Amino acid sequence: MAEVTLVEAITLALARAMDEDPNVVVLGEDVGVNGGVFRATAGLQQRFGADRVIDTPLAELLISGLCVGMATQGLKPVGEIQFMGFMYPCIDQLVNHASRIRTRTQGRLSCPMVLRTPYGAGIRAPEHHSESTEAMLAHIPGLRVVTPSSPERAYGLLLGAIRDPDPVVFLEPTRIYRAAKGNVEDDGEALPLDVAFILREGRDVTLISWGAMVKETSAAAEELAADGIDAEVIDLATLKPYDEDAVLSSVAKTGRCVIVHEAARTGGFGAEIAALIAERGLLSLLAPVVRVTGYDTIVPLPRLEQEYMPSVGRIVAAARNACQSG
Amino acid sequence: MTEQSATADQELPVIARFEVRRRSYLAPDGKVLRQLPAFAADANVLRSLYRGMVLTRTFDLKAVSLQRTGRLGTYAVSLGQEAVSVGVASAMREEDVIVPSYRDNGALLWRGMKMEEILLFWGGDERGNRSSGPAHDLPYCIPVGSQAPHAAGVAYAFFLRKQPRVAVCLFGDGATSKGDVWEAMNFAGVWKLPVIFVANNNQWAISVPLKLQTASETLAQKAIAAGFAGEQVDGNDVIAVHAAMADAIADARAGKGPRLIEALTYRLSDHTTADDAGRYRPAEEVQARWKEEPIARLRSYLVSQKVWGKSDEEELVADCQQRVEAAVERYLAVGPRAPETMFDYLYAELPRVYASQREELKRNRHGRSDG
Repeated sequence: MAEVTLVEAITLALARAMDEDPNVVVLGEDVGVNGGVFRATAGLQQRFGADRVIDTPLAELLISGLCVGMATQGLKPVGEIQFMGFMYPCIDQLVNHASRIRTRTQGRLSCPMVLRTPYGAGIRAPEHHSESTEAMLAHIPGLRVVTPSSPERAYGLLLGAIRDPDPVVFLEPTRIYRAAKGNVEDDGEALPLDVAFILREGRDVTLISWGAMVKETSAAAEELAADGIDAEVIDLATLKPYDEDAVLSSVAKTGRCVIVHEAARTGGFGAEIAALIAERGLLSLLAPVVRVTGYDTIVPLPRLEQEYMPSVGRIVAAARNACQSG
Repeated sequence: MTEQSATADQELPVIARFEVRRRSYLAPDGKVLRQLPAFAADANVLRSLYRGMVLTRTFDLKAVSLQRTGRLGTYAVSLGQEAVSVGVASAMREEDVIVPSYRDNGALLWRGMKMEEILLFWGGDERGNRSSGPAHDLPYCIPVGSQAPHAAGVAYAFFLRKQPRVAVCLFGDGATSKGDVWEAMNFAGVWKLPVIFVANNNQWAISVPLKLQTASETLAQKAIAAGFAGEQVDGNDVIAVHAAMADAIADARAGKGPRLIEALTYRLSDHTTADDAGRYRPAEEVQARWKEEPIARLRSYLVSQKVWGKSDEEELVADCQQRVEAAVERYLAVGPRAPETMFDYLYAELPRVYASQREELKRNRHGRSDG
């Protein structure tokens, strides 16, 4: 077992998947010789050849469309989009083809593809490199949307995504690509794609987050503990489908819920969770559900991006507030 | 431009020249324009192509009448373009993969999709797309041009597995304006993939004529920038379409890379049953184009060769009508699906959170609201 970063765990999972299944191919811009702009595919082309680790032309729609065509014939393509900001040409392929080809052929064809992309703010990147539009993707029926928050979960969830017989968008939190370190056993063990992770058990308030924000959310829980508030931390990890039971049973226990995401608030995935609790967990609530999110603004360029992102302080304040009611 | 720079331009070397060829064998009246390809010496092959086109037209016209009488949804007719569908599909092998657009009914019929399946799909039921055609074929693509990258991906799978198979992608003239088609051709060129792109140039993208679609002299030349050959064929001459496809497919199968075939034809019908082409193009234009249509053209040739006669024609027409009517009966007899089957193929295995929605649908259907 070795200590690796989150992005290194991605590479380990890709290599493992390519090694165990000749149908797995990796494709994207600069994924070959260069090993990807974040080095997520480092060394794969040398090991598996240029036919299985394909440097594509600079065309994101193409990458997603190739994945669909390959997948219908039984390949298991893993496409990489360099940044989430450049994946929008793929939306047509995801909505109109990848997510529905099993339904529209009544099972005759399927689409076992993965589209990976780094997402989220906080790396002082240029414009278009910081958005979190996961809710848009989680709205698409037939798709799976997955986002890890640690090297261990990155490894297990990516293996699960590649082995899954349906299309998966795999969102990689750029900000913790290298900041998150963990001991990853390269044992080929996949994690399930619809089970949330309880990172910290607690009685007083449920904190729900995913991706890079799990870091601030966990730090907030520690700070709250110092105040005598016992917070439960849930890493949702899979947004589509998501683990409704984990959310509801935690809220049934704590009676309070703070949802943390860096995406803009309106129509963000937090709204879905809040609606679920309102529909099926309302009677156990001791305080209103609170969202701590990015604002409904364009993600600002680096000089202001820290002001945009939910901070440990904002999460702690929201949780304290919730604990004061009821 | 000054005189001086004009002179300088003349001294610049030409570094590339390109040409686009046009293939046609039969004139609109069925007269032979040039030596026919070898397969055309076999009257059985030509009669088979002819039957395929007549069946397609018989089926198409019946589909329109079903739509007009409320028994079919919106339908995209291929009237006048039967030679493209049949010429393309007849040049393929079973193990090849077709990546069709929504108008390629004749090609899918030729590939083995049943008429009642086509009707079932356009009649609003996904079960039609299960298709009795080759299981690896892609279904109708409704969004314009977005199937082109699929064809490149399919061809990549053949390339990677070293299989001698070919992907054939059909799209219309409008699709050639989309980045999807270009991105797919560009990639196919780089990797010399076994894929044939077929631009069915029926000259109208709903109401927009070709001259507003592109200033390019031909659609075939769009292949040149992608690094492979494009050829224009008379898309109303099924011999030309079949010959061009057979050449292109043989080359692709032998590892010589992709080709773009522009099949120049004309949409004699409305865009779909939901369209009224009278709003944007004069009846005289359509009338004139009827003189070039593919079925009468091949029939004239076959008759001139004395390999087709009045009794053959009568027999074929009756046979096609009988087959279409029987298919319509089977289509109309298809029973309803249980509504909860809309969940059946959402995922390989339905996630538990959606299983509860399926139960909710069932409860709602039985009139018991859950709250």
